[in-house]
Amino acid sequence: MSFISLSDLDKKEMLARIGVSSPDDFFSGIPERIRMKKELRLPQPLSEPELVGHFGALGRKNKAGDYLSFLGAGAYRHYIPAIVDYLSSRGEFISPYTPYQPEVSQGTLQVVFEYQTLICQLTGMEIANASLYDGASAAAEAVLMAQRIRSRPKILVAGSLHPQYRKVIQTYVKNLPIRIEEISADARGKLDSEALSRAVDGQTSAVVCQSPNFFGVVEDLDRVAEIARERQALSVAIVAEAVSLGLLRPPGASGADIVAGEGQSLGLPVSFGGPYLGFMACRRDFLRQFPGRIAGETQDAEGKRGFVLTFSTREQHIRRERATSNICTNQAWCALRATIFLETLGRQGMRELACQNVQKAGYALERLGAIKGIRRRFSGPIFNEFVLEFEGGYAKIADYLLRNGVIGGQELGSDYPELGSCALFCVTEVHSKEDIDRLAGLIEEAVP
Amino acid sequence: MNREPLIFEISSPTKKGFALPHLDVPENKDALSGLPLRDEIRGFPQVSEIEVVRHFTRLSQANFCIDTTFYPLGSCTMKYNPKVNEKIAALPSFQDGHPQSPPELVQGNLEILKTLEDLLSEITGMDAMTLQPSAGAQGELLGMLLIRAGHEDRGHPRRIVLIPDSAHGTNPSSAHICGYSVQEIKSNERGTIDLASLRQAMTEEVAALMVTNPNTLGVFEDAILEITEIVHAKGGFVYMDGANMNALVGKFRPGDMGIDVIHLNLHKTFSTPHGGGGPGSGPVGVKTHLEPYLPVPIINRSPSGFTLDHDRPKSIGRVRSFFGNFLVVLKALAYIQSLGASGLKEVAEIAVLNANYIRKSLEGVYHLKYDSPTLHECVFSDKLQKERGIQNIDIAKRLIDYGLHPPTMSFPLIVPGALMIEPTETESRRDLDQFIEAMKAIAREAIEKPEILKSAPHVSYVRRLDETSAARRPVLRWGGEPSE
Repeated sequence: MSFISLSDLDKKEMLARIGVSSPDDFFSGIPERIRMKKELRLPQPLSEPELVGHFGALGRKNKAGDYLSFLGAGAYRHYIPAIVDYLSSRGEFISPYTPYQPEVSQGTLQVVFEYQTLICQLTGMEIANASLYDGASAAAEAVLMAQRIRSRPKILVAGSLHPQYRKVIQTYVKNLPIRIEEISADARGKLDSEALSRAVDGQTSAVVCQSPNFFGVVEDLDRVAEIARERQALSVAIVAEAVSLGLLRPPGASGADIVAGEGQSLGLPVSFGGPYLGFMACRRDFLRQFPGRIAGETQDAEGKRGFVLTFSTREQHIRRERATSNICTNQAWCALRATIFLETLGRQGMRELACQNVQKAGYALERLGAIKGIRRRFSGPIFNEFVLEFEGGYAKIADYLLRNGVIGGQELGSDYPELGSCALFCVTEVHSKEDIDRLAGLIEEAVP
Repeated sequence: MNREPLIFEISSPTKKGFALPHLDVPENKDALSGLPLRDEIRGFPQVSEIEVVRHFTRLSQANFCIDTTFYPLGSCTMKYNPKVNEKIAALPSFQDGHPQSPPELVQGNLEILKTLEDLLSEITGMDAMTLQPSAGAQGELLGMLLIRAGHEDRGHPRRIVLIPDSAHGTNPSSAHICGYSVQEIKSNERGTIDLASLRQAMTEEVAALMVTNPNTLGVFEDAILEITEIVHAKGGFVYMDGANMNALVGKFRPGDMGIDVIHLNLHKTFSTPHGGGGPGSGPVGVKTHLEPYLPVPIINRSPSGFTLDHDRPKSIGRVRSFFGNFLVVLKALAYIQSLGASGLKEVAEIAVLNANYIRKSLEGVYHLKYDSPTLHECVFSDKLQKERGIQNIDIAKRLIDYGLHPPTMSFPLIVPGALMIEPTETESRRDLDQFIEAMKAIAREAIEKPEILKSAPHVSYVRRLDETSAARRPVLRWGGEPSE
């Protein structure tokens, strides 16, 4: 297939107008030595029906869809209302670029402005940006931002922060004068506040804590912020499961200075890990240190309201190596989907959705926790995920579940050696009581 | 035209756009105890489903986009996005796969990732590819991290990165995050890298040269072999920003030019939709000597299937969670498989033909600072019009009245008042001619009735917006109801 719109005559006449005989003439200045001697070795081109058939067959090699799954750990299955797909697939939303020309991009810009407002409302913060790549890189940007504000070398990170987020933070700070120290969890699965108090000092820029954390446990963010504040360190809250914000006290109300997280839960399919949606919000006085695009309200020549990208003097295209981030393209279309999702669910819908997650996960925890040989690993309150410890180890149970069409929880041993016989289960509103009972029944059969 | 209100302004209590199923597990009143709770989210909208549908449909109509409009945004490669790729990416078998699924249950996805890695390696002439970066700038960051890791492994990370003054702003910014200080290399009168300056700047403290080829003027660095030789002779690496790969794809391979690391923008050359500013995808390709440092996991192809390798002691780690923007990657693979080798070659040829057709037609009408031959884009400026007080922004805004999207204006910094035009290969001659005629008409208007340019646009959804006061008195969210 070719997507060229020139006829043979067009090409001929255009070449003639330019005064060359073949398109190859345009490349004549390129040294002979770097010309390809033969054509690229690529598969034969496919027509549209062949292409659809080919990818349909590849899709059928994925068997995960046939399984009942209890995986979460940073990627959450929630029901996506039909209008999210319907509206977001409009060409006017999917095929423009970054709204550099605001007069012809008011659709995108107003959506971003509404998105920023919704993120502020969800997180309880004063300002939000137009999006970042994903939760992990948003966490890394939050760390860089905190260090720019406080200019101290140490960042304290909860060990219960998503392991991949911690890895990405490590990558981003590796070559900068920033030192990361990890604080482990206590028996409740919460950040050990005594250890934190001992670790926060005058060299600390920020304390980074995820809630609900990687173990599913809801943290005491008020206490974390209080400890940070005692030494003038910033409190950075990470939210990997954004649906929790429909019910849980927002980080802003708990004293967080910066909130960053993953918005995949808000209308994006799990889609093997991407595209997702990094979000970020902070206190207004940090605006000049904020990374990424920001939309703002203004007026047009007739005095009517309109929206533009603003505060671009923070950004790489103006400030170059002194920019607050190197980010350029972000995840605008994913932010659009989140905006449609949030506005459709609305005030009550978000709360009900979050409540159902708590109820279903609570029911599952009760069922599974009652099975002999299984014990709840952490005692702290949970949202929609929890860690179970299996007396005889988890590997055999996981195998038994797979043989019976169920992908159970995620084993934790590779990221947390001390949790070698533990698994992290996620239960959301998409799981029926029957699904949960089936899981419980299979595990009962599998435990020795 | 009526302006669409903010959703918050049409909200009223008790309205709903969605209903959840009834809770089918026994409700446990104690489940919420111990949790720090909030009240209902203050200020959150309450609207019906049709109100949401009309809201977004009307907002969409306030956008220009590739499906409706010629969009010659230079350096952004705004080409047509084939619709079949959207259909493929919407298949449940791709949308519903959890990234932590056991690898044996997602073999189709892993095959897609591995196949695209291989095809992009072939297209660029590199030895290995990672698809993890979310966009070009993250690809640049990763590329520079790989270079640093390579130098550290040899004992010394070095201090400096050389960047031509024509480069995109993400280049210096990415180098900076890797702990490098940036040294600018001046362009010569042809708009290309000045070899004498490069030779002088290239020391054993220089980690890398970041080069965009063709550069942001659309000019091919024809001394690229000398350039890479100069850098390699002092033990440095050459990084190529692949933003302009649409000019070369299918015809020339960066790997044949001595490039050590390259990032690509799948949302440019490989036609994945720009989405109003993302999601993109920024794969990074390397030569063998930098392969050990690639991010984890690596996907391996074995007779029994595809496996994930996390055990890579020299890896720089991760720049992103999971496997990158998988659905974007999928669309790019579908695009490459639609076109094949001959189709990709035609992409570059016609993209360059279209750009040169515009250049030829507008030469003399607008000022061209550098008259070197150009490939996929050309950079005019407002120099001729400036004498009458007209700036590039006035020309850009007037184009909107003609129903056309303006060119890029924010760079390259070496052309003051830049008008960077990239038509891409998918435009018809009719669209190119309409643009050319509009640009000529605007040049006439600049002489005859400049005020019409100064006050443009006149027939758009909004009139010219005041960007200065947006920054002076920032209103960054709707403020009807304060949050908690």
